[in-house]
Amino acid sequence: MKTEIDWQQLASSSTEVSATPQLSDNFFGELLQETLALTRRLFIQLQRRPSTLVAGIIQPVMWLVLFGALFQNAPQGLFGATTNYGQFLAAGVIVFTAFAGALNAGLPVMFDREFGFLNRLLVAPLASRFSIVFASAIFIISQSLLQAAVIVAAAAFLGAGLPNAVGLGAIALVVFLLALGVTAISLGLAFALPGHIELIAVIFVTNLPLLFASTALAPLSFMPQWLQVIATLNPLSYAIEPIRHLYLHSNWGLGDVVMHAFWGDVTFGTALLVLLGFALVSLLSIQPKLKRSLA
Amino acid sequence: MAPAILIENLQKSYGKVVAIQDVSLLVQPGEIFGLLGPNGAGKTTTLRILCTLTTPDAGKVEVSGISVLKYPKLARQKLGYVAQEVALDKILTGIELLQLQAALYHIPTAVAKERINKVLDLLGLQEYANQKTGTYSGGLRKRLDLAAGLLHQPDVLVLDEPTVGLDIESRFVVWDFLRQLRASGTTVVITSHYLEEIDALADQVAIIDSGLVIAAGTPSQLKDQVGGDRITLRIREFSPSEEADKAKYLLEQLPFVQEIIINKAQGNSLNLVVTPQSEALISIQQALNNASLPIFGIAQSRPSLDDVYLAATGRTLMDAELAAIANFDPKAKKQQNMR
Repeated sequence: MKTEIDWQQLASSSTEVSATPQLSDNFFGELLQETLALTRRLFIQLQRRPSTLVAGIIQPVMWLVLFGALFQNAPQGLFGATTNYGQFLAAGVIVFTAFAGALNAGLPVMFDREFGFLNRLLVAPLASRFSIVFASAIFIISQSLLQAAVIVAAAAFLGAGLPNAVGLGAIALVVFLLALGVTAISLGLAFALPGHIELIAVIFVTNLPLLFASTALAPLSFMPQWLQVIATLNPLSYAIEPIRHLYLHSNWGLGDVVMHAFWGDVTFGTALLVLLGFALVSLLSIQPKLKRSLA
Repeated sequence: MAPAILIENLQKSYGKVVAIQDVSLLVQPGEIFGLLGPNGAGKTTTLRILCTLTTPDAGKVEVSGISVLKYPKLARQKLGYVAQEVALDKILTGIELLQLQAALYHIPTAVAKERINKVLDLLGLQEYANQKTGTYSGGLRKRLDLAAGLLHQPDVLVLDEPTVGLDIESRFVVWDFLRQLRASGTTVVITSHYLEEIDALADQVAIIDSGLVIAAGTPSQLKDQVGGDRITLRIREFSPSEEADKAKYLLEQLPFVQEIIINKAQGNSLNLVVTPQSEALISIQQALNNASLPIFGIAQSRPSLDDVYLAATGRTLMDAELAAIANFDPKAKKQQNMR
C-alpha cells in the first residue's frame, strides 16, 4: 500500500467540494443518478448471472410446448372459440411468467438486508431512500416485458398467432401493471419478513396455488363454483382474460366482455381498471412499511 | 469551530435490552478518537445512530455542527462509514462498486472518475480494480471499503472495529493509513475492543461499558489518573488459593503496596498496585524469600488502558469480553443489524 501519495492534493480538493450548496436544489437530478446507478448494479448482476433470466425464458417456453402438446387432441371448442390450446394457453403463460418473476423481486433486497449491503445504501445521502425500491421495480418490470415479448414470439412460432400492434401494446400494459403490483407486494414482504428463508417460503406457497386458482390453464367454465369464485377474485385472471381475448379475437374493443364472473360480466376496459387498482392498492399498502424501514 | 462530532445524552434500547444508557462524546476536528469497550458495550449502536442507520430514543447527535436527526442527508454527506463486516456485492468489480458509491453520493461523473483513480492509488487497489470483489482477500475487502468511504471526502471517517479479522500486516497498514488521514485533516473515529489499537492510534479515548461512558481523556491522562505501577506476581504457574492468600497478606504489609487483587482466572496470580518505586521488585522478592515462598514470575509495568478499564469497571477487558460472548444472542444481533 502506497504511503508516498500526495496527501496534500487529497486534502486541498476538499475545499472545492464545500463550495457546493448545502441543501440540494437538484432533487430529481440526484434521484435519477442514484436510481440509475442502483438499477445498473442489478443489470450487471443479471449480465454476470444470467441463469435467472434464461430460466425465466426457457420455463414458459417449455410450458407452452408441453402443455400445448398435452391438450393437443382436445375436442374442438372445448377451450372456447379456438382450435388450438396454444392460443388459449399463451395468455396464461405470459401472465404467469410476469407474476412469478415479479414475486421474486424482493429476494435481492432481502439478501441486501441480511448481508449488510443495504446499510451501505442507507448511510449514503440519497435524495430519497425510495430509489432503492424504484431500482428494483424498474429492473423486474423490464425483465417481465422482455420475457413477455419472448413468449409472444414463441407462441406465434408455435402457431398461436400474433395480436396486432395495438394488441401488443395492450399486452405490454397488462404485464406492466401486474408486474408493478406484484413487485410492490414482494418488496413489502422483503422488508416485513425477518429473513430470506421466510420470504422464499411465502413465495413458494403463493406461486403455484395462485396459478391454479386462476384461468391460466383452464377456462372458468371448467371449474367448480367455489374455484370460480376464487378465480374471479384473483388479479391474475384480470390479466389473463384480456390477453386471451386478444389472441382469440382479431377484432377487439375495450367494451368486449372478457370474463363471465358470478356477479356479472367483466369487459376488457374494466379488467384493465382492476389491474390499475391492484397496482395502486399494492403500492399504497406497502408505503407505511417502507417508510418505517427506510425513513 | 464546531466539534467534528457532538453526542449528548444518547439513549437507545431494543425492546427490553438497553444498548445505550447514557453516552456523551466530544470529538474535535482533525483527531483520531477511539471508543474502547468489550463487545456488547454499545459501541456499534452508537456508530449506527451517528451514521443514521438507526434513530436514538433520546439525545443530541451532531456532525460538524449539523444535527444528524434533523438533517440526516446533510450529515451523511459529511460522514464516511466503514462497517465492521465489509458488505460488498461479490459479483461487482472493485471499480464498479466505487462507481456505484460515487453515484450514491452524487459525485458528478467526471469528478468521480478522477476520485476513483485517486482512492484506488491511495489504497494500492489499481491492480485488483477490475476483478470481482468476491475474489478479494480480507485485507483487500477492507481496503476497498476504506476507498469507498473516502470517495466523497468526508469530514469524519467512522470505522467500526477497523482491524478485526485482519492479519498483522494488514493491521499495521490500516493503522498507518488512519494516521495519514489524520495528517491530511480528516477526523477519524474508531471503535475497538483492542487495547493496543486504541493505544497506538487514539488522541482521545472514551471507554464505554454497558452503554455508559466510564472514562474519557487522552490515553496518558487516563493512565496517569489511575496512577501507580502494576506488578503481576505468580507464586507458582498455578498457585493454590491458600498460598496466594498467604502471599497477599504478607505483601500487604509492605509500605508501597496500595492494593492487591488475586486473579482467580489467571491461576491465582496476584495483581499489585504499587506506588512507583525503584526497589519494589527487590523488596517483594525479599519478603517472599523470607517466607519461603517461591516465585514463578514477576513483572512490573506502568498502568495500561486495561488497568484504566479495571479501575473503572472492576473487571479486565478480557473478562468483560468473555462475559459478552456468554451473553451473545446471534438472532438479536442479526435483527439489530438488518434494516
